[in-house]
Amino acid sequence: MSSPTNITPIDELAGAVPDGAKVAVPADYAGVSMAATRALIRRRVRSLHLVGVPTSGLQAELLIGAGCVTTLESSALTLGEYGPAPRFTKAVRDGSIRLIDATCPAIHAGLQASQKGTPFIPLRGILGSDILKNHPDWKVIQNPFAEDDDPIVAIPAIRPDIALFHAPLADRDGNVWLGRKRELVNMTHASKTAFVTVDAISETSLFETEEMAAGVLPALYVGKIAVAPNGSWPLPFWNGAQGDDSHMRRYMEMAASDSGFEDYLEQFVFGESAMA
Amino acid sequence: MTVADEKKALICLIAGLLRDCNHVAVGAASPIPGAAALLAKAAWGSPKHVNILGSVANNFFTGGGGELFDCAAQGRIDAFFLGGGQIDGKANINLMGLGDYPKSSPRWPGTFGSAYLYFLIPKVILFREEHSRRTLVEKVDFISAPGTSADHIYRKGGPFGLITSKAFFRFDKDKERFRLVSVHPTSSLEDILDNTGFHFDYSEDTPETPSPDPELLAILDRDVRQKVAEVYPNFADAIFPMTSGVEHVK
Repeated sequence: MSSPTNITPIDELAGAVPDGAKVAVPADYAGVSMAATRALIRRRVRSLHLVGVPTSGLQAELLIGAGCVTTLESSALTLGEYGPAPRFTKAVRDGSIRLIDATCPAIHAGLQASQKGTPFIPLRGILGSDILKNHPDWKVIQNPFAEDDDPIVAIPAIRPDIALFHAPLADRDGNVWLGRKRELVNMTHASKTAFVTVDAISETSLFETEEMAAGVLPALYVGKIAVAPNGSWPLPFWNGAQGDDSHMRRYMEMAASDSGFEDYLEQFVFGESAMA
Repeated sequence: MTVADEKKALICLIAGLLRDCNHVAVGAASPIPGAAALLAKAAWGSPKHVNILGSVANNFFTGGGGELFDCAAQGRIDAFFLGGGQIDGKANINLMGLGDYPKSSPRWPGTFGSAYLYFLIPKVILFREEHSRRTLVEKVDFISAPGTSADHIYRKGGPFGLITSKAFFRFDKDKERFRLVSVHPTSSLEDILDNTGFHFDYSEDTPETPSPDPELLAILDRDVRQKVAEVYPNFADAIFPMTSGVEHVK
C-alpha cells in the first residue's frame, strides 16, 4: 500500500504542502512538527488555512509572522506562560489574518463529522456565546427528537487537506506510532492525508506487538514521513524533550519588534539547514 | 502575610470547595486550582480523580483531546475552573480580547473550551487573582461563555462562585448576581467596593475568609509539594521557598 519512498527529506515534505492548503495541526502538548513548520517558512508557503486542533501556539505564531497564513481556525492561540503571542497579536490588531474562532469541542466535533463522512455533528453548549454569533458556518437547529423547544448547535464537518504533526516513531511500511494521542488519529482520519515528522524509524514493524499496535496510525492514512529528531523543538514533546525555556524567552524578546522577528527567522529558520 | 502565604491560603480555600467532588479537571496553566485539587485528594481522598490537562504524568485520559469534553457532556466531571481577562456581574466571561472583535486590541488567546464546559460542568469555579475594575467589569466586551441561559436552553452546569486575591463570591443563578461571601484578611469591604467594576450583593458585616487549617497547610507543605512541583515547577519554586523564612518569589 505504502512504500519506503514515503520517507522523504523534510524540505520535500514541506514542498508537497501546496499554497492555500487547509492544514490541521495539534496543540503544543500533543506533538507539533516545528521542524516542518520551519521548512514551510523556508519554502515560503502562502495562504494557508490553519486549523488548530483544538488550539495552536508557537507554530501558528511563526507561520502568521512569516506571512504564510490567510485564515486561522482555532479555539485559541497561546504561548502559555510566555505571555501574549507577539506576531499573532499584531496580525489581529492589523486585521491581516481572517479569524474563525471556535471552542475546543467544536473543532473535535467538526473533525469527527469529517471522519464519519457526515455533514455535521450537533453539540450542546455554545448558545449565547459571541463565538456563535461570529462563526461563519455554525447553525442553530431544533433537536428533531424533542417535542419542546430545544435548540442545539450544528457543527459542520472540517475536512483539512493535510494533518501535520510530530510523532516518536514510524516503520518502513509507513505506519506511525503515536501512543495515546488519539486526537492525532482523529485529526488524520478527518483529513485527506497526513504528513508526519518522526524522531526515528523503526526497522521492525510497529504491528509486531499488540502493545505497540494499540498506538499505531496505519500507513493507509499517511502521505509523507520525514525524519526530524527532536522535531518539536523548541516546544516540549510528550515522548521526550522538555521545552527549551531559554529559547522561548529569546523568541519573546526578538519577536517583540518587526525587525527582531526578521532576525529570528534569519537565524533559526532560514539558517537552519546551514546549522544542521 | 507573604505572597507565598496568600497563595497557600487560596489553595486551601479552593481545596475545601472540591471536597464533595469525585472528578476534578484543571487546565495546565492553573497552578493554584491545580494545587488545590491535588491537596484535596491528598487530604481527604476526595476528589478521587484529578486530571491535569497538558500534563503527562497527571492526565489519565487515553481517548485523545476530545475525551475531556465527552466526559463533561456526560456529567462525569464535577468541578472545573475558568478565568478570563474580563468577568462581569452576570458571570459572563471574556477570554477573547478587548475592543471590537475581530480586531481585538489586545487580543487574548481565545475561548478554549469555555463555551462548552460552562454549560455542562455543575461546579465551575471562576478564578482570577487580579481583583480590579479592569478584570471585574459591569459588562464584558466579548462573551466567550455566558454565565446564565434562558430556561429552555440545555444547561447542566454553570458558575458556582468567583475567587480572587481579595474575596470569595457565590453566584446566585436566580438573581443573576454575585453575593460577597467573605473578604480575605489582606483586603477589606471598602477595598472590594473600590476595586470591583460590577454591582453585587453584600452585607456590611461580611466575614473575613477563615485562615487555612494548619493541618491542611501542613499536608500541602509536606505531601503535595512534590506533586505540585512536577506539574508546575516555576510556581512550586515560588510558594515553597528553598530556605524557610526567606520569601522567594520568581
